[in-house]
Amino acid sequence: MAKTTFEEISAADFFYRNRDIAGFTNPSRGIFAAVRELVENSLDAAESLKIPPDIYVRLSYEGETGKEAKVYRLRVEDNGIGVPPRHIPSAFGQVLFGSKYKLKQQRGTFGLGGKMAILYGQITTHQPAHITSSTGMSKIYAYKLRIDIQRNKPLILDRKVLINKERWRGTTVEFSLEGDYIRAMPKILEYLKQTAMVNPYANLTFVDPKGRLYKFTRVTEEMPDPPKETLPHPYGVDVELLQRLIQVTPFRNMPEFLKNHFHRIGEKTAEKFLEFANISPSKNPRRLSHEEVVRLMRTLKRFREFLPPNASCLSPLGEKLLKAGISKELKPEFVVVHQRRPSTYAGHPFIIEVAIAYGGEIPRKGSFLVYRFANRIPLLYDEASDVSTTVINSMNWRRYKVTPDMPIAIAMHICSTKIPYKTVGKEFIADRPEVRREIANGLREVARRLQRFLTRREHVSRDRKRLDIFSKYLPKIAKFSTQLAGKEEDPDITKLLRSVKRFGT
Amino acid sequence: MMERKKEILTSLENLGLKIYEQIDTGYFPSIQMPSRSTENIYYDPQIRQYILGDRRVRRNTRNVRHIRPFTQLVWTALFSHELSSQRKTSTLRDVYYSAQAYEMTFKDQQESNNIITDLETVLGSSREDFNIFPEERSAVFGDLTIEYTVPGYEGKTLNLTSHPDGVMIGPALTSAEFASTTADKVIAIEKGGLFTRFVEENVHKKFNAILVLTAGQAPRATRHFIRRLNRELDVPVFIFTDGDPWGMHIAMVIISGSANAAHLRELTTPDARWSGVWATDIVDYKLPTDPLDEIDMKRLYELQRDPRYKSELLQREIKTFLKIRKKAEKEAFSRYGLTYIVDEYLPTKLEETK
Repeated sequence: MAKTTFEEISAADFFYRNRDIAGFTNPSRGIFAAVRELVENSLDAAESLKIPPDIYVRLSYEGETGKEAKVYRLRVEDNGIGVPPRHIPSAFGQVLFGSKYKLKQQRGTFGLGGKMAILYGQITTHQPAHITSSTGMSKIYAYKLRIDIQRNKPLILDRKVLINKERWRGTTVEFSLEGDYIRAMPKILEYLKQTAMVNPYANLTFVDPKGRLYKFTRVTEEMPDPPKETLPHPYGVDVELLQRLIQVTPFRNMPEFLKNHFHRIGEKTAEKFLEFANISPSKNPRRLSHEEVVRLMRTLKRFREFLPPNASCLSPLGEKLLKAGISKELKPEFVVVHQRRPSTYAGHPFIIEVAIAYGGEIPRKGSFLVYRFANRIPLLYDEASDVSTTVINSMNWRRYKVTPDMPIAIAMHICSTKIPYKTVGKEFIADRPEVRREIANGLREVARRLQRFLTRREHVSRDRKRLDIFSKYLPKIAKFSTQLAGKEEDPDITKLLRSVKRFGT
Repeated sequence: MMERKKEILTSLENLGLKIYEQIDTGYFPSIQMPSRSTENIYYDPQIRQYILGDRRVRRNTRNVRHIRPFTQLVWTALFSHELSSQRKTSTLRDVYYSAQAYEMTFKDQQESNNIITDLETVLGSSREDFNIFPEERSAVFGDLTIEYTVPGYEGKTLNLTSHPDGVMIGPALTSAEFASTTADKVIAIEKGGLFTRFVEENVHKKFNAILVLTAGQAPRATRHFIRRLNRELDVPVFIFTDGDPWGMHIAMVIISGSANAAHLRELTTPDARWSGVWATDIVDYKLPTDPLDEIDMKRLYELQRDPRYKSELLQREIKTFLKIRKKAEKEAFSRYGLTYIVDEYLPTKLEETK
């Protein structure tokens, strides 16, 4: 009789076997994903201290491994918060270890990306990773480590402690990986450019394997307020979350339980809700049966009187900063940004920011340039499947006197505690009705403002043309009529020209 | 003749003065003139030609769309004034090019022609009066002695039989005075070939006639010239054209003028007669024919409703054309021999339409 063996695999092992999920599909995607994950970690690390990020990325060529893939060494350095020495091995050598398990807006979600990059480097080159970090105190810690894939544990190969004379603060990650830089290059550069667009307070420096330097300089030191952590909103809970809360709660009656574990539930709301749900306020939440928990979850979703989630857990870029970012990277003639009021889908708060830029260095290519961002990271793949593409295509642009052959770029930023990605690959936003409506309303607003700009510009140029025509012909009429009438001196036309100017600029 | 020139000069100067004074008193200059839009063109049965109605348009330089044509109009007035006062002439083509020397470009010949028509409308006199002429192609032959008034030729005379190809009806001829003639009629002919045949066959002598070649649709100068022959010499005018709707209309424009020239007077000869080839001639003389095509038919239906074609004779001919659906050129008479048209047809028709 055949015996089925069950084995538990570690998280590291799981991702080793399923690296496609994290975007490390092939040498070209792999090198792009590694740069991207580390840059995003660095941005988060600096932003959590609210200091403008300074990020240095270097890719250098190390040698060939096969026909297509080459080995590169990647180094990413930041001025972020730094990692406390005792957490360094786990933070970089243990998958699913991290600080990103709370409910607030973040770039990454699972604290997975950076480690995946290191893991990818390790499995393609068998080289250890070098991590150097300091929190700005008196010491700098340098680790050389590997991930023990089967046990999901860091293996420390070497550890050094250095005196931090300069009081340096930040983290440096350096490791080797296989990649196809030639094919990844356009995506990496586009990624950096768009990152600079949506993080205008960051300095990004990139040195590529050919030694070419790409610099994206900040235009402002101003940064958006960092997001606050928040309790789950009743519309967004599921049975699993309820069960967990019931297990850990110190509260012994329903009003206290609701008030302390959920967002937007106070004394009054709790009372009203319990009446609506027909649950006795004195009920001990721990005594809820499984069926009652399921019913509670459904009733929470049905109750109409919860206020929508407060958006303090979100950190949108703000109209001023997004405008600065677009102006600096696209150099348009005109840009308008609109931030929608916070909204929710399925209990998750989100804010949409939409921008339209026109003219200047934006190329005419017969269709709009579309830039998509989610929690301040650019989305570069699957543009056609994204909900914003659907919205843009279904808009009646002619109403706004806008045609696809105009030099127009549209930027769309969604920030949320949970971005409604359609797939694990996190490349495009799903078509949620609430999200779609917000994007559509935002687009209409910026389109209206663009139309106003275009109309005004048309007026100004028409007035200027008008004045040109008058200044060209009035003197001639004056001269010809003087000759025809046999007069000596031309009549004075300045008064007439002045009255033409009155209509114009 | 000189009187008239002086009048023109004065009205050009007044136009300039009017504009000058408007600017000088701080107004955007403007000019009023009768509207030449089709809704404002009426047929006046009294004077038997098209005239403009009461509607007027204002060209105002306050309007950005008017200022360019207005400037062109003033320039054209100035240019005409120079021409007239220096007693020089110019062609339509000349005007188009001369403008460029004043940084006054016309988009094309059509635009400059339109402006000249505007000036005609403003002044109420035709361009020939202010010395702008179209390219000429029509001619005159016959016993008429003229006396030039153009500079350098003042007082000189010429008998219009002196050149067998005829004398071109140009600025010098149209401004000349008629000194003496023995002719007692004018015969206008549409085509050059027949004109030459008539000269060769001594039609001018045999019929005591002045022969005028219109070369297709008669130019305005030629129409004015025919009118002068009719009025000043007091002789009847007979018109011979091809036997088709187009030939019929060439005659009609000489008689009653065209809608395009509704703003002008003294271009028509209301008493002139269309003597042939009629549709009934085609039947009576059994002429070789071509079939009328669709465009010909359409034209006939238009003419049938045209107020200028009210007369019994013309309505009869139109009906006959529509019935026989055939047309014939003048040359068709050659089937009876080259001189048949002069020996037989011409005297018959002159008698018939007297």
